[in-house]
Amino acid sequence: MNQPLVLGIESSCDETGVGIVRGATLLANTVSSSMEEHVRFGGVIPEIASRAHLDAMVPTLREALGTAGVALEDVDALAVTSGPGLAGALMVGVCAAKALAVATGKPLFAINHLVAHVGVGLLDGGVYAGELPEDLGALLVSGGHTEILRVRNIASDVELLGSTIDDAAGEAYDKVARLLGLGYPGGPAIDRLAKQGDPRAFRFPRGLTQPKYMGSPEAPGPHRYDWSFSGLKTAVARCVEQHEAAGKPVPVADIAASFQEAVVDVVTSKAILACREHGIRNLLLGGGVAANSRLRELTAERCAAADISLAVPPFSLCTDNGAMVAALAARVIMDGGSPSDLAFAPDSSLPVTTVSV
Amino acid sequence: MILLAIDTSAIASAAILRWHGDEREASVLAEFATEDTKSHAEVLAPAIRALLAEQDLTGAAVDRIVVGVGPGPFTGLRSGIATARALAFAWGTPLAGLMSLDAIAWDVLAGTPAQADSVRSTSTLGAPDGQRPAPPSSDFLVATDARRREVYWARYTAAGALADGPHVAYPDALPALPVYGSGAGIYGEKLAEAGAAVVPGFERAQPTAASLGHAAVERLARGEALLDTAPKYLRESDAQVPGPRKKAL
Ligand SMILES: [Zn+2]
Repeated sequence: MNQPLVLGIESSCDETGVGIVRGATLLANTVSSSMEEHVRFGGVIPEIASRAHLDAMVPTLREALGTAGVALEDVDALAVTSGPGLAGALMVGVCAAKALAVATGKPLFAINHLVAHVGVGLLDGGVYAGELPEDLGALLVSGGHTEILRVRNIASDVELLGSTIDDAAGEAYDKVARLLGLGYPGGPAIDRLAKQGDPRAFRFPRGLTQPKYMGSPEAPGPHRYDWSFSGLKTAVARCVEQHEAAGKPVPVADIAASFQEAVVDVVTSKAILACREHGIRNLLLGGGVAANSRLRELTAERCAAADISLAVPPFSLCTDNGAMVAALAARVIMDGGSPSDLAFAPDSSLPVTTVSV
Repeated sequence: MILLAIDTSAIASAAILRWHGDEREASVLAEFATEDTKSHAEVLAPAIRALLAEQDLTGAAVDRIVVGVGPGPFTGLRSGIATARALAFAWGTPLAGLMSLDAIAWDVLAGTPAQADSVRSTSTLGAPDGQRPAPPSSDFLVATDARRREVYWARYTAAGALADGPHVAYPDALPALPVYGSGAGIYGEKLAEAGAAVVPGFERAQPTAASLGHAAVERLARGEALLDTAPKYLRESDAQVPGPRKKAL
């Protein structure tokens, strides 16, 4: 099919997204977020996100079709995130997408959420103007994931080089923001406050950087490109407690700046190392934490030093959305990929090697 | 007129019924029901597609969609409602909800317990059957499994009208009345202690789309309104608002 008109649905976390593309042209990117409902809990509550998806789904669909100026029956194919993500949240998007496929008789493509984040690079006028470069890698940082991928062919050959073994980077921001009394979401709050603090005030740990985890290029250790943020969170908690126990004011801005520096330093250093050792010359930065000013700054600096091109999509395409799902499905279709059997199950831990189910 | 009924409050089920707009009786043309309560998102849409194909019906031929709005375990319940809402949106078909326990109450009055493994058609309803439980002579209860040692339950009059509920509660807190449904089967002893009597033949009964469709038709014929499709969760999410962090002293 030459420029397929594809409608993509995303519901893996707390954003209900519906995007519509024609080939590589973005026609609509409508997102309804339940973020406000999670504020009082200090993190995404899966059941609350799932309930919000159920109520947002049809209104979001209707709005996206209106924005794109197309009718559902004009669509050539449907696409939906089938994983990874929160099981109950995925279920809502998958059931809605399957029902649309039954109702319209259109083929449905079950799409990998992580690979879809890279799919925004396929869009016209986007960071790669429609054609992905060779030797491509993707660094995805959000409240739900922290991964470095190698993308040989986005429709069929994607490899996970490294990922967090515990919390996602964005989750660490949320937890530390709570420790510091900064509210939710933590990323923007810490980023703002860190500008007034000294990033060298405290030396917080960079997880999984000891030689036993790193190994060498010839004999890589077990976590050479992996991250861990749970120890960092504990170190920040201890630092806050020490100040409190000593009856001293907690230097919130310095802690925020030092914490942010620890996260951004270890995320970028390991990502660049993975790029260098796997011949990746082009890096796409995606996920909600791509909005973080220090992450963007240090990633740009280190990419430049390593002679790697860096692309950061606009924020509305970095956070979870349906357009990325539609864009990736359009490419899978143009590459001759087969639609999914309607009996597929949502898979909360779908591996990146499965681009479409 | 053609009615598509869907219920995923316990098992996943779907049915196509035919009825005349002003009549109480409907006939089930085709139905589908799972035995398990865990595969709704996988099986429901292909099953609906197969039912439509089997009856040679397109979406345009469906006049109404009715979906069970629970109570039921959250994730499963949502899969039916999400499916029904998306179908109604795509087809432009009127959509309404019905309380899922009403499906079992309809079975109680019809004298035919619906079970996952005993899909039947309405043509057998009028047939003499010595095994069939007598219709209730008093108010009665319908109860399904709410997990966490609780049941979803509602109270009906002998004529089948909803009198109280739905609620979620421990079985020993139910009124001392006959109890129908899978919740009765699981907690028979506890219910007996509370003075409630489990009705034989209905110990495994689950809400099914076919019975839900019958209940909807009956209600429409009486000129009663159906519900909207807001799910009856009856429980909040488990999320706890974190308390203030303890300061180190
Ligand atoms: Zn994401």
